[in-house]
Amino acid sequence: MNKLNQLFENKKNNILSIYYTAGYPSLNDTTKIAMQLQKSGVDMIEIGFPFSDPVADGPVIQKSSKQALDNGMNLKLLFDQLAEVKDLTIPRILMGYINPVLSFGVGEFVQKCAEVGVDGVIIPDLPLEEYAANFQPLFEKYGLHNILLVSPETPDERIKEIAKLSSSFIYLVSSNAITGSSLQTNAVSEYFNRVKSLVGDTPLITGFGIRDRKTFQEVCAYTNGAIIGTAFIDAITGKDNLDSAIDDFVKGII
Amino acid sequence: MLQIKSIADERGYYGKYGGAWIPEMLRPNIKALEAVYLDILNDAGFQKEYMELLADYTGRPTPLYFAKRLSEKYQANIWLKREDLNHTGAHKINNTIGQVLMAEKLGKKRIIAETGAGQHGVATATVCALRGLECVVHMGALDVERQAPNVARMEMLGAKVIPAKSGNQTLKDATNEALRDWINNPSDTFYIIGSVVGPHPYPEIVAHLQSVISAEIRKQFLEKEGKTDPDYIIACVGGGSNAAGAFYHFIDSDVKLVGVEAAGKGLHTQEHAATINFGREGVLHGAKSLLIQDDDGQVIEPYSVSAGLDYPGIGPLHAWLHDSGRAQFVGASDEEAMEAAMELTRLEGIIPALESAHAFAALKKIDFKPDEHVVINLSGRGDKDMSTYLKYL
Repeated sequence: MNKLNQLFENKKNNILSIYYTAGYPSLNDTTKIAMQLQKSGVDMIEIGFPFSDPVADGPVIQKSSKQALDNGMNLKLLFDQLAEVKDLTIPRILMGYINPVLSFGVGEFVQKCAEVGVDGVIIPDLPLEEYAANFQPLFEKYGLHNILLVSPETPDERIKEIAKLSSSFIYLVSSNAITGSSLQTNAVSEYFNRVKSLVGDTPLITGFGIRDRKTFQEVCAYTNGAIIGTAFIDAITGKDNLDSAIDDFVKGII
Repeated sequence: MLQIKSIADERGYYGKYGGAWIPEMLRPNIKALEAVYLDILNDAGFQKEYMELLADYTGRPTPLYFAKRLSEKYQANIWLKREDLNHTGAHKINNTIGQVLMAEKLGKKRIIAETGAGQHGVATATVCALRGLECVVHMGALDVERQAPNVARMEMLGAKVIPAKSGNQTLKDATNEALRDWINNPSDTFYIIGSVVGPHPYPEIVAHLQSVISAEIRKQFLEKEGKTDPDYIIACVGGGSNAAGAFYHFIDSDVKLVGVEAAGKGLHTQEHAATINFGREGVLHGAKSLLIQDDDGQVIEPYSVSAGLDYPGIGPLHAWLHDSGRAQFVGASDEEAMEAAMELTRLEGIIPALESAHAFAALKKIDFKPDEHVVINLSGRGDKDMSTYLKYL
């Protein structure tokens, strides 16, 4: 069983996942941040590989992506960095857009993920249909989980289909918004419950709009856990001491 | 009226290009559009209203004009399809009229659009004023500065122009912002895309709506020359909407189709927008096509003196026409486009849009036979480019 499935086996509630951009604030911060997040008690990490045109992201992640690209981050370098981390035991996921993956080569990408201990990937602009038609066999061959998104407008039938194709968890997009938008939890409880009733045992992790302990706890009342990205990137931006900034942030959530 | 069918396959592909590579959040909107677009385009009521507006509001059919002095110069029979004579000054309005009617059929109250030079933005703001709909145009902050007259036109028409401050602040970034806007406002908003780009079914919709250009060319050429097919159709290509419209009804014929890309400062430099010549397969703005990108799959900002051609991608239809050999794509530099614009102005008394001037630059690159007939799609007029032209004079 891989690290991701193990996590969901052992922990059912309040799973905290932190998103950050590889190569930000500095090119070599990627693994430092990963280690500190693990030390501070985060359950899983999502490492964003930057793209020039991140259409599903708000200004904060756009900026961190641009900075990371300016710093010289690319997939090859990210895999090199990840290959060097030996003591990281929590699940790690890569998140990014499809074009750098196509450019890297899908086969090579999947193989590299397996090599450096990446458990899953989230690619928002890789739709279910394209995944099922062209990517699924490769992912399965290397035991890489493809994590699919469900949004408030996703029809019931499609949610069931997504659940069927999900081998780890479903990324539940909290509202119709790009990343970094604010979340009104009371307005979405019906949506959370509807999705829960459709996906069986598949764990749900909520993302988009979660920024502090209050919003984290609110969504954890409905789903297995949550992903925080924008608020975390804000918290480490311009900080001299990354480790303590990270620790303070995580302690403020859990 | 002709029954409209899809050129793309049922998954929205032209060969290996196209598809709908979109985040789940946009899925319902795209699916809803896909489910109804052919029915709407084929609906008798829609067609009647669309054709009436094209006739009475934009002034179609646009003339097919025999350019006598240009013909003498190039020793061939050169015809100009006068899209520059459309209301708002370019072919863009053929598309926005059709899409605004679709938006109404889908019950959408708010219209968004992206724009580069501002022509599509103006055409969208125009139809929104006409139909009393809220209009938001995303435009790169740099283009807002460069194209002030078009910004003023959009604002006078009642549109809200939002400067896109991400990236290099041009058309690509405006398109990103429009997509983000749509993700944030999926239920009340219709996105009027201005070119044959974006996720399926947009390339199909825009190509169908622009196909009125080639439908008219066939009819007009038949009236004037006794046959439907000229020897060449030449059009400039950024995203490729005017070329798609001019090629459309000739795709299944022997007519030679020539697309002219912006070669900027030259194909030997890094500063161009020649996607067909230098692009690699990739995914941007929801479609797989050719894309100007670096080795890591990061999109490179293209360059052209013409703000309507500096897009790093190209419609999947054109990538397919190129791969299959059905169309030929050549590059015209800033300099060549400027010279062609001056030549057309002095020989025929027509100041073309800088984009369209690129199509005329191709005249020097092809050896025509004296009895051959060449139709150039004059996609827009040059009023908006006067400051650029004045600098060149």
